[in-house]
Amino acid sequence: VTTTIERPAGVSPGPARRAVRRPVVLLAAAGVLLLLLSATRAVTGIDDVTSSGTAGAALALAVPIGLAAVGGLYAERAGVVNIGLEGMMILGTWFGAWVGYQEGPWLGVLAGLLGGAVGGLVHAVATVTFGVDHIISGVAINIIAAGVVRYLSVIAYAGRSDAGPTQSPPVRPIGTVGLPVLSGQRLFGWQGPDLLGDLARRRWFLVSDAASILRGWTGDVSLFTLLAVLVLPASALLLWRTAFGLRLRAVGESPVAAESLGVGVYRLKYAGVVISGALAGLAGAFLVTVAANYYREGQTGGRGFIGLAAMIFGNWRPGGAAVGSLLFGYTDGLQLRQSSAVHALLLLVGLLLLLGAGLAARRRQPVRAVLSGVSGLALVALFAATDTIPQELVGATPYVTTLLVLSLASQRLRPPAADGVPYRRGQAR
Amino acid sequence: VRGRVDLRRLALGLAAPALALLVALLISAAALRANGNAPFGIFRKMLEDGTTGPALVSAVNKAVPYFLAGLAVAVAFRMALFNIGVEGQYRLAALVAAWAGGQVDLPRALHVAFICLVAVAVGSLWAGVAGVLRVTRGVSEVISTIMLNAIATALGAYLLAHVLLDRAGSSNNLSTADLPASGQLPSLAGPLKALGLGTRGDSVYGFAVVAALVGVAVSVLLGRTRFGFELRATGLNPFAAAAGGVAARSMVLRTMLLSGGLAGLVGMPVLLGDDHNFGLGFPTGAGFTGIAVALLGRNRPLGIAFGALLFGFLERSSQSLQSAGVPPEIYVIMQGSIVLAVVVAYEVVRRLREAQAERSVRMVGAPA
Repeated sequence: VTTTIERPAGVSPGPARRAVRRPVVLLAAAGVLLLLLSATRAVTGIDDVTSSGTAGAALALAVPIGLAAVGGLYAERAGVVNIGLEGMMILGTWFGAWVGYQEGPWLGVLAGLLGGAVGGLVHAVATVTFGVDHIISGVAINIIAAGVVRYLSVIAYAGRSDAGPTQSPPVRPIGTVGLPVLSGQRLFGWQGPDLLGDLARRRWFLVSDAASILRGWTGDVSLFTLLAVLVLPASALLLWRTAFGLRLRAVGESPVAAESLGVGVYRLKYAGVVISGALAGLAGAFLVTVAANYYREGQTGGRGFIGLAAMIFGNWRPGGAAVGSLLFGYTDGLQLRQSSAVHALLLLVGLLLLLGAGLAARRRQPVRAVLSGVSGLALVALFAATDTIPQELVGATPYVTTLLVLSLASQRLRPPAADGVPYRRGQAR
Repeated sequence: VRGRVDLRRLALGLAAPALALLVALLISAAALRANGNAPFGIFRKMLEDGTTGPALVSAVNKAVPYFLAGLAVAVAFRMALFNIGVEGQYRLAALVAAWAGGQVDLPRALHVAFICLVAVAVGSLWAGVAGVLRVTRGVSEVISTIMLNAIATALGAYLLAHVLLDRAGSSNNLSTADLPASGQLPSLAGPLKALGLGTRGDSVYGFAVVAALVGVAVSVLLGRTRFGFELRATGLNPFAAAAGGVAARSMVLRTMLLSGGLAGLVGMPVLLGDDHNFGLGFPTGAGFTGIAVALLGRNRPLGIAFGALLFGFLERSSQSLQSAGVPPEIYVIMQGSIVLAVVVAYEVVRRLREAQAERSVRMVGAPA
């Protein structure tokens, strides 16, 4: 006996809620964020909350995290968890600096990319060919990478006065570009106006804040930063609009189904993990050619892990990963530029939490609303009751932000279905 | 027939670590060759210098914290939880315990026990944050413990500089006050000398005995109690365990608390037996080495003990290479390649065994 469920006439399938287009939602979110930032700036009087310097620093700090996050995306969309991003980034910093100081920064960038790719290859051999647990292999790669670069430094920089076991010789920096007229850059030696800068100096609510952030992103930006920003849409196109991308994502969702359709699962997993390592290596090269002009031990400072967190925060999507990276870049940039500005961040996060509480209340999620509301109020109260945050704790800002954001967002996330699951060719299910 | 198969299984089981060690030696040899050294001469020197009395004592003393860290990681691993946060847990625990130990005046056994208890509590609490986040908010413990490591570093620096600092002490060394004599644990110099094993210089930490007892306790807990059974069952198949009545969420939390508590002990050998205070120079990195050691020991206490001793030996014996013109950092490459080779070898052996089991089933099922 079969029973069929009949749909009442006149009722369309699917959720009844009016669909809002995603670009509209994103724009609205950006607008709300800008409004909150402006409000925070106006209330606290700390200009660095929206200064072009902070915006520029946030972008520059977001780039290595974002590259690592997109790198993680390639691996995890192919079903391989890549916690070795940190180690691959370390390889990128070392090889980037080693080639960079001898052959110039751009060849250094290439070397960093290749160094990371080699790390990715090791991860691929262990996880894809040998089926080792992905997290175990990643942790092992992080340990090995740290040891290898230390050992190589001792060998490569023995007897040099400007370098040693923990530091490389200086690398020539990569050039910068900026928009003339709008952001005050020179055009063939002609110093034009700085329209955005003028606007920013007026301190008009919202308008000046937007202008100063834009100026930070368009004036004096490294060429490498431009290249790195382009990686994002390129990856989105490659993963979502090409046959390669479709197959790669299919491998991450259901390798058995993909194999049955003739997709080379192993080959695609290898491709995903090696690209992942290459991008992490690129992130490392960015650190030695743009962020600093030398390699230093411990330079990556856990950015590979934060990149992974940014990718998770971004729900395994390029746009989300970019937003996550910018968020971490912003908190990091703010604390680096003016540590007292982190105090203003308390107010900003408090306001964001209260906003979240309002949204949750509208959606009839009482637990969520109360939790967000109480913690939001607590942060605002903390802001009002204190004047500064101790210097030692300021450095923890990006990590606390990561934890906070993940604990608020992670229940809405959906990783690729076969992410982290070992796959053997020919297995049944 | 049965005996022969078992013999082959045993051979396979022993082949894995042996093969892995060989591969790791080859990788290290390549790294040494790249530096223009003769690998086997270097290995012989490591073996010779590493097996002298004082060097062995130092290797064992390095191994004790690694063993405890390995246990902390392994307990979580057995339940398919990954506690990367041992590093932050033990550092924070040692700091608070060092301070608390200086605040009280107790008879020796009680005093030492009190310090350990504080350390266990702090380690548990810090790991518990990750547990709570995982259970209530679904945050992966891998990410949250990594973040908690960084936060612990910042929090520790703040606490040391502003709250727990010894203000009476010398101003150029930032540290907590020294533990009073009743809060220090003497080394095993006396008992070892009685056994005819006395050496010049330092002797083995007294905490080595405690660590061994903790290892036995963990072994019993995992293998002989209901909690241990439920933990292992959840690790092997969470759905089957849940269907069998294991409360998955409470197990996650309890395992993280246990793992963090063990992590809290990692700093104790050095604190109670050597440094007697927590300063800027307190050893780092034992938490990460613990992960490698747990992998090496297949999450079994006995295996972890072997792994910890091997790592302690490599670290100590490589120190003598400086005079031979070899960077001592070679030991990190050795340790890393051992770990990677071992996990690959275990996986290969697992597959071989699976294939073998399949074959034997097919042979039994075939018509005679």
